[in-house]
Amino acid sequence: MDNQFSQWEVFIQKKNGAAHEHAGSVHAADKNMALQNARDVYTRRNEGRSIWVVPTDSIVASTIEDEVVFFDPANDKIYRNPNFYKMPKGTTNL
Amino acid sequence: MQKNESSISFLEKQFQEKINNDIKIEPKDWMPEAYRNNLIRQMSQHAHSEIIGMQPEGNWVLRAPTLRAKKILLAKIQDEAGHGLYLYSATETLGIDRKEMIEQLQQGKAKYSSIFNYPTLNWADIGAVGWLVDGAAIVNQTMLARGSYGPYSRAMLRICKEEGFHQRQGYEIMAKMMAGNASQKEMAQDSLNRWWEPSLMMFGPHDSESTHSEQSMKWKIKVESNDNLRQRFINKTVDQAHHIGLTIPDKNLTYNKETRNWEISPINWEEFWNVVKGNGPCNRQRIAHHTKYHNEGQWVREAALVFAKKEMEIQ
Ligand SMILES: [Fe+2]
Ligand SMILES: [Fe+2]
Repeated sequence: MDNQFSQWEVFIQKKNGAAHEHAGSVHAADKNMALQNARDVYTRRNEGRSIWVVPTDSIVASTIEDEVVFFDPANDKIYRNPNFYKMPKGTTNL
Repeated sequence: MQKNESSISFLEKQFQEKINNDIKIEPKDWMPEAYRNNLIRQMSQHAHSEIIGMQPEGNWVLRAPTLRAKKILLAKIQDEAGHGLYLYSATETLGIDRKEMIEQLQQGKAKYSSIFNYPTLNWADIGAVGWLVDGAAIVNQTMLARGSYGPYSRAMLRICKEEGFHQRQGYEIMAKMMAGNASQKEMAQDSLNRWWEPSLMMFGPHDSESTHSEQSMKWKIKVESNDNLRQRFINKTVDQAHHIGLTIPDKNLTYNKETRNWEISPINWEEFWNVVKGNGPCNRQRIAHHTKYHNEGQWVREAALVFAKKEMEIQ
């Protein structure tokens, strides 16, 4: 029986202080192989300084079809933005 | 909720509007089945091309003229393996698994670019492949990076960044040989003579003959026509050839001052379809090679799985 191993999603941190960003996926038998494959496939030109690998099955995603309903709670709360508030004329440093 | 016909046509309309507004489609988004299948076909073909494309170049790793040339060639081939893997990974987001794609390749159900069914006969061919084949791939892939499917377009951006090196190392080989002695020049010219027309065919049939073109353009899987892309490639390449003293092997090659295009003889499409159908010089050899090494790696994959299982038990 042929197998292609399980799939892992790859997240790469480009530079110190930056967030890890999704780059793609690799196949691997275990987590060490997943890390090494991710390094060989996605960072051949020093594109990263740290890599996360996560089993693809473990990723839970919202869908665009549910976008409106799902993000609805944020829609009527513009008072979360600083621009909602009117400051007295001439106020500085605020 | 069951989707009835009217809700499907509503979704289709919504989908087309997204495409028209240049909104990228992502894996979990609703998409027409035909869009999904069209992409699976094109992207897996593209992935297979990167993988099979390593073979003609691999032929010269042990025969590279210098250590520098050998290291460069190895790095280029490793990039092509990477391209294949980005693309398999992007194709998997559409719900097909890698095992199935590889089976389709080995059983001849999925195609790959016909250019890789030509042999690399001498060192100049490594120059010609990098310069022409990767050059044509850059023109095509820059266009595909603007396509509508998010994972495909992102894979293309990544690939385009790496292709610049591929084309330049090829052109450098050609330029060096053209600055060499008479037999080196002859070798370079002979190589261009053999690779010129196959590289023009890489862009596929004329727009009028291309079966998938119209729908692909509507869905922005492709955003420019085969003939446009081919012409762009010709214009760039003819000047580069002349710059190092190579002659384009086409007696009818003429510069049209009005359109600013280099015009060429009609392409030999009979040859093209013959290679597509499997009768090129290396079709059988390429698949046999792929299958052989894939099968010989079987025990390694099995051993890795047993090792992974043991590791889990220890933890
Ligand atoms: Fe490539
Ligand atoms: Fe390349």
